[in-house]
This record gives sequence, C-alpha cells and structure tokens, in this order.
Amino acid sequence: MSKQKATPSHDGNVAHDGAHAHEHPPLSFWRKYVFSTDHKVIGIQFLFTALFFFTLGGLLALLIRTQLAWPWEEIPVIGSLFYAESGGIMLPENYLALMTMHGTIMIFFFIIPVLSGAFGNFLIPLMIGARDMAFPVLNMLSYWVIVPAFLVLLAAFFVEGGPPAAGWTSYAPLSALPDMVPGSGTGQTLWLVSLILVGTSSIMGAINYITTIVMLRAKGLTMFRLPMTIWALFITAVLVTLATPVLASALIMLLLDRTIGTHFFLPDGGGHPVMWQHIFWFYSHPAVYIMILPAMGMASDIIACFARKPLFGYRPMVYSIMAIAGLGFIVWGHHMFVSGMNPTLGLAFMTSTMMIALPSAIKTFNWLGTIWRGDLHLTAPMFNALAFVSTFVIGGLSGVFAAATPVDIFIQDTYWIVGHIHYVLFGGSLFGVFAAIQYWFPKMFGRMMDDRLGKWHFFLTFISFNLVFFPMFILGAYGMPRRVADPYEYQLFAPLQPLNQFMTISAYVLGASQLILGYNFIWALVRGPKAAQNPWYANTLEWVAPSPPPHGNFETIPVVYRGPYEYASPLVTADYLPQHQQLDGLEPAVETKPVQKTAISPASR
Amino acid sequence: MGVFENVSTYGAQVDSLYLLVLIVTGVAFFLVEGVLIYFLIRYRHREGHRAMYTHGNRRVEIVWTVIPGFMLFGLAVYQYSAWTQIKIDRPNEAEAVVLSLEAEQFEWYAAYPGSDGELGTDDDIGSPVNVIHVPVNQPVIIRLTARDVLHSFFVPVLRIKQDAIPGTTIPVWFEATQPGEYEIVCAELCGLGHYRMRAFLTVESETEFQAWLAEMAAR
Amino acid sequence: MTVTYPTEANEQPFPGLAIQKFLMWLFLASEVMFFTGLIVAYIVIRFNSSSWPVVAEVLNVPLVAANTFILICSSVTMVLAFDAFERGQLERGRYFLIATMVLGIIFLSIQAIEWDELIGHGIVASTNLFGATFYTLTGFHGAHVTGGVLWILGVTIAAFRGHYGENPIGVEVLGLYWHFVDLVWIILFTIVYLI
Repeated sequence: MSKQKATPSHDGNVAHDGAHAHEHPPLSFWRKYVFSTDHKVIGIQFLFTALFFFTLGGLLALLIRTQLAWPWEEIPVIGSLFYAESGGIMLPENYLALMTMHGTIMIFFFIIPVLSGAFGNFLIPLMIGARDMAFPVLNMLSYWVIVPAFLVLLAAFFVEGGPPAAGWTSYAPLSALPDMVPGSGTGQTLWLVSLILVGTSSIMGAINYITTIVMLRAKGLTMFRLPMTIWALFITAVLVTLATPVLASALIMLLLDRTIGTHFFLPDGGGHPVMWQHIFWFYSHPAVYIMILPAMGMASDIIACFARKPLFGYRPMVYSIMAIAGLGFIVWGHHMFVSGMNPTLGLAFMTSTMMIALPSAIKTFNWLGTIWRGDLHLTAPMFNALAFVSTFVIGGLSGVFAAATPVDIFIQDTYWIVGHIHYVLFGGSLFGVFAAIQYWFPKMFGRMMDDRLGKWHFFLTFISFNLVFFPMFILGAYGMPRRVADPYEYQLFAPLQPLNQFMTISAYVLGASQLILGYNFIWALVRGPKAAQNPWYANTLEWVAPSPPPHGNFETIPVVYRGPYEYASPLVTADYLPQHQQLDGLEPAVETKPVQKTAISPASR
Repeated sequence: MGVFENVSTYGAQVDSLYLLVLIVTGVAFFLVEGVLIYFLIRYRHREGHRAMYTHGNRRVEIVWTVIPGFMLFGLAVYQYSAWTQIKIDRPNEAEAVVLSLEAEQFEWYAAYPGSDGELGTDDDIGSPVNVIHVPVNQPVIIRLTARDVLHSFFVPVLRIKQDAIPGTTIPVWFEATQPGEYEIVCAELCGLGHYRMRAFLTVESETEFQAWLAEMAAR
Repeated sequence: MTVTYPTEANEQPFPGLAIQKFLMWLFLASEVMFFTGLIVAYIVIRFNSSSWPVVAEVLNVPLVAANTFILICSSVTMVLAFDAFERGQLERGRYFLIATMVLGIIFLSIQAIEWDELIGHGIVASTNLFGATFYTLTGFHGAHVTGGVLWILGVTIAAFRGHYGENPIGVEVLGLYWHFVDLVWIILFTIVYLI
C-alpha cells in the first residue's frame, strides 16, 4: 500500500472535482511565487523574463541601426557609457557582438520563451479544461533551467573578450577557433552552454505540453474541437521535441572542438565546416516554425473572436500547420545554397522550399475567409492579429525570392534576408505576441488594458516597423551584405547610407512606440479596470474560469459540446456560443448583458 | 538586380528570374493586401449586423491549394536550368582562364598558372593582394578556397556568390561581358575585418590581360 | 508515486495508458534525435575520411561484444523485475532490479577499461576524428547508462521501502529508458565496432 502523502503532490491530473479539492497548508512565498508548480504562475514568470529580454534585444538593435546610419561616429550618451575607451565610438568587435547577441536574445530568450513558455504554459490547461499541466513539477523545473541559461548568457557581456561575435548562427571555423575573433573566447563558450540549457528547458516543456494536450483534455473536447492556439502549440511542441536535440548534438560537438581539441568542424584535423551548417540548420529551420506557429494559432483564435465568425476552413488550417511542420524538416538546405554544399541538393531544397510556401498561403486565404462577411470589432488585439497576417504575407512572399536559388545566389547574406526574417518574426510573431498579450491580459491578471492606448501603440508600431524593414529589400536588391559594420567601405553601397539613416530614425520611433505598450501594461496591472470573466465574449474554455483563475482553474471541469468557433451560430441569439455551454432546446444560454463597458459587446440579432 | 549593371553572361537570366518572382509575388501581394483592407472596411462592425455563419468551403479550399501549388512547383522547376548552368555545369577548363583565389582574414590572394599551365606549381603567377584581372568575353574558372575561416566571394555585377571553405576547393565560373573595375565583397562573416574585406576585379581585353599577367610574372 | 490515468472528466484517448509512460516515450523520442545528430555526424565524417583506422586493430572487439551481451542481459533482468512487480512478487522484483544495476555497473567498468586501453595507445579525443567520434559517442552513451544506473538505485531503494506493489509504473518507465539505452548501444556497437 503506497503511502498517502499529507500534502498530495500535483503530479498528474489526480481526479479532482470541486473547487480546491486538495487541502493545502498555505504555501510559503517561495513555493507560491518563485518555485510555483502552477502553470499560470510559471507562464507569467516566462512572460516577464521574456519581456525583459525583448527590451534588451531591442536596445541592441537600436545600437546596430545607429552604427549603420553613422558608422564610427561618437554615439551620444550610450557611447560614453559603453564605448568610453574608444572615445564613445563603436568598434568592429562591438558591432559583431551586438548583432550576435541581438539575434541570440531575440530568438532564444524572447520569441521562443514568450510563445511556448509564457502563452503555452498559461493557456494550455485552461483551454483544454484541465487543472494544470500533466507534470507540474517538471514544468516548474523547465523555468528554473532556463534561468541559469539567461544568467550564463548575460555573463558573456562581462567576460574577457566580450560576448560571442560569430553571429547567432555561429558558423565554424570562426566559432570553433578561439583566436579568430574577439568574443570567440569565453564568450562563445558561455553562449554554447547557455543554449544547451535553453534547449533542455524547451524540451522539458514540450514533452509536458504534448502529454497534457493528448491526455488531459476535458470530456467532449476531441482533437478536432481544439482551438487553433492549442493545435499550434501542440505541433510546435512536437517540433521542439524532435528538432532541439539535434541542435544539442551540434552545440556539444562545437563545444568539444573548442575545449578538448576535437576537429569535428575544423579542416585542419579532417573536419567539415559545412557539416556544422547542416546539423545547425536541421534544427534551426524547424526553429523558425517553432517561432511562428503558436502566433498563427493565436491569431486564428483572436481573429475569429473579433470577427464574431467561425474560423474559415478549420481542418485545412490544422492540416496546414502539420504540413508546415513536416515540410519544415526537409528544407534546411535553403540556408546553404552557396555554402559549398553539393549543388544538386540545391535543386531539391529549392523545390521543397517553394512547396512549404503553400500551406502558409492556404492559411492566409483562410484568415481572409474568416474576416469575409464578418462583423469586425477592430480592437487593439484584432489590429495586431490582422497586422500579423499582412506582414507575414510580405515576409513569406520575400522568402519566395530566397527560395529561387539563382536569385538567392545574389540575395543570400544580404539585407534581403534580414528584411525577410524580420517581416516573418517581427511582423509575424511579434504582432502575434502583441495581440496575445492584450487579448489574454484580462484572463492573466484580472484587469483590462486600455484599448485606445493599444491602438496608438499599434499604429505607431505598424507604420514605423514597415519604414524600418521594407527598405531592407531595396538594400538587398543592391547586394548590401549583412553583418557588415560599415557597408559604405564599398563604393557599391555608399549611396545607400541616406536610406539607412532613414531606417534608423524609423527604428528609434519604433523603439519609442514600445514604451506605450509598456506603460499600458504596467498601468493596467496596477490600475486597470477589473476584468469580467469573459470580456471578449469568446467561446473557448479559458474564459469559463474566473479572471484571473484560482489555483485549480475551474470550479467544475467543463464538459465540451462543440468546437471553438461557434460565433454567429443560428442556434442562439447571442453572437457567440461557448464550447461548454449546454443548450436545452434553443434558448439562449449565455449572458447578454455586458458586465462592464468593453470594446465589444455581443451583437443582438 | 537590374538596380545595377550586369556584366555577366548568366546575369540577365538571373535578373529575369528575379523579375518573374517579383511579378508573381507582387500580384499576390496586391491581391491579398487589397482584399484584406477592403474587408476591413466593408465588414467592420455596424449595429444590428451579424456575421455570416459558415465554417468554410471545400471547393474554394481545393482551388486555392491546387493553383498556388502548381505555380510554386512550376516556379521551382522553371529555375532548375539556370541554377544548373551557374553552379553545376562548368566550361571546359581547357577553354577557360583558370585562377586560384584564396581568402584569408581579411584579404584575397589570387594566383594564375605559370608557363607550365598548371596551378599550384612553383611558376604560378601571384596577383597583388586584393586584385584579380580577367579577360573580357572569356569563361573564367576560379578555384576558390579559404585559409582560415569561412569567407564568401561575391561580385554583385556578375551575379555570382560562393562561400570559400578552408580545406576545400570549389570551382566558380563566370564570363564577363564588359571591361571595367568592379568590387568584390566578402559575404560571409569572417571576423573583425569582415566589413573591409574588399577586393577588385578588373575585366580587360585579352591583350591587356596578357600584358598584366606578364608584368606580374616578372615581379 | 501516484499514478495517473485520465479519468471520466477527460477524453481518454488511450484508456489504460499512464501519463508517465506517455511522457517517457516522448522523452525517448527526443533522446533518439540527440543520438541521431551525433551518429549522422559520425557517419558523414567516417565515410568522407581517407584515413580511418582499422577498427579491429585499435579496439578490443571481442571484449566489447561480451560487454554488449552483458547489457542485453541487463535488459532481460529489467523485464523480469517489472514482470515480478506486476505479479506482486516484490522480493523477486527487488533482486532483479539489483541484478540489472550490477550488470549496468559491469558494463560501465568494461567501457572504462576500453577507454583506458585506447588512451594507452595514444588515442584521445583530440588525436584524430576516430578518437573524437569514438569518445563522444561512447561517452554520451555511457553518461546515459550512468544516469540509468543511478535511477535504478533510486528505484531499488524505493522498492525496499515497499513501493511498486500497488502499481509498478515507476519500474515500467525506468524499464523503457533502460531498453532504449540498450538499443542505442546495439546500434553504436554495430556502426563503431563492427562496420
């Protein structure tokens, strides 16, 4: 007879019903807020940490832009703070460190943690009607494994030689040989250790998410009644589980080359530099889908909600996400067309890469189909979600040029690629994050953000974003290379400086616009109006729980009767019909009186 | 591309492919964004108005899957020959000017075969650092490698780019159509001096080229 | 340890499947991908190499073959341990757990001897790519075996405290991991020692 613990652990979905079915002695501050096993707390921990890194990564970007506008000139204020030894002027090693850390931080410490770590954690149990993740302790550990990763990477700023300077892609031999560039010393090693920890944290989270989504859905919530947010997080978790370990193997081999003298990637000992690229991109291409799929899922849910209309083409949308993920494993060579890889492979990768545009195109058409004949409430989350669609389209279309191998010969390693990646990652994922923050803020914190401020933030961001990044396609068409501290050394690119200056000033506006969101967020946290349980009149299960949900989430676990997109349903007078709502006959079973004035109200008839 | 001059035999093909993709994606862009903006305005919330209740349309899904699918696949296959011509095929070495080009932090070192006609022998003719000369209207094959880390040989006006890998020699070919002096850009991050790893390609007549070669040999 | 299966409040896509087992399969999938990264690198390196040592001359293939057999036996004892717990034969189960652990330790010891011999021949990880790949592959495998042995130790101690009588899921999940480690070894043995 196994012993019953006095305080039952939260491992697994122990059959609870009723609010607070488990008796707890009150948790200490540390157990409740720091080492919490509650998915909502962990999600919020990831959120705040990710937002910190977003800010840091953004500031690094502004410095990069400053150099590209006015190379080798004294930088006001920041120059005397960080570059005092060189008279307030950025040095080449600073530039390389900046762009390496900008990319690394944005990818591994912002986008992936905010989408999977923050929203994945917060939303999955709530949207599937579970009390918590399948393995809450594992979940807590996944955050506390990423914290040392953060500290290790931040430490790289302060070690001798400075941060790594081989780009976030860390190609060998540059990254494998400590003398090849400053920062290639301790900084690079710390980078490798940090990423190994981040990967571990990601995998821990992913296997927890998959188990939770498959095994702990509420009764009636079949897989094809899941909201797109969950489908996307689910498939992203599968990608993380299968692709991230391959990155780990590459990072370890590079670490061994640097520390114990192996020659995996060093030709002097018979090694293969291009092999680094193959193994790295085998992970890093799926990684870009890890960075966009959750945003796609969330955009689908947000758009359907504010269009008051079912998602157009739910099954095609699900299959498209699967296709993107699957195809994502066979396109990695498109990062390597001019790398010296066997050129015949270029033909194969061009074909698979062109084809991967297809499921994304299908999704775009379905988003348009969703808003067609809708009843569009243009709130701040809706604007951001629609901006996701419009900028993602530009990002995707610009990718077709890169997929066209003869064209890629020219645009590879130029600013075209930088424009492409920022349209899909900033335009795509980041607008998705802005939408998600403002949409789920009421559920997370029990208060409402200000919609008008949200719109100001949106418009300023959207306009300045396009002014910064669209010209990058022009720069790329001129062949201006990336990762170059002073492109105007070349006569070819000297005429591009004024355009770069314009982009930099737009970047400052873009950066400053984020202060509006930051202010809105913090103001709402302390003084925002209290949120109703379902302020957006949405259908999915997280809105059944109170705002914010207590430990255990639901008074009673809901039972699900339908899919998540029954907006404008003819069965009820209200313009939404929640998944868990039981219908006796055709009586409207939902509240029609708004609890408070919100941006939208249920349409009557 | 088209933004500046093209002096390469295959450059026009590359530029026209770029233009083709530009047209296709441009049409898609204006269509999609136009529809998006139109819908935003046309279907914005009005009192008393209810959205249409529909979960989708199978026929429309098939149409907008199959048509773009064929277009994308066609776009890929259409470009096979251009890629093959530039990266897989190569002119006959006997009919081309062959030289070796080695990239090292942060300079380019070219060498030409001497009177024995072979590269890599003692009578090779070294070019001054960061200088390459080639004759106009003749195929050129560069045996590209690096001495330390990855670099990349990028000549925008020739529409050619190829990474240089230490420990491997990669053949790169082109045929220049116009005399002039053109910049060579290093297009793969190689360290501190990556931004100034600039070299110069001089394209000149056959006579001038031979004269230059003789002058280099004499040094 | 509390065992959890989805209940009537859940959809129950796989009735009777414990969530711990599901999690272990997912974890093993990630582990497979990790070893795949290393193995693919090894294959690429080896078959592009013009100067690979003759494996039979540098490595003690018969000894390691015996070692492979020992590891396979430990998988057998692991199955027998789980089987015993399932039938409620707790004492038998505990003995088989100990047997598994002992066999695992013997495997590691013979691996250590292998390494020692190879170092004695002057081949370390930095010597050449044979060394680099050999030590990396066998080293990470050995690390996984070590982790497994420690886990068996923990499970054995718990078994002595009376666990697994009600529900041997903890032993079952450990068994899955152990079989995986064994399977990886069989693959490594084949591609490093035999081919």
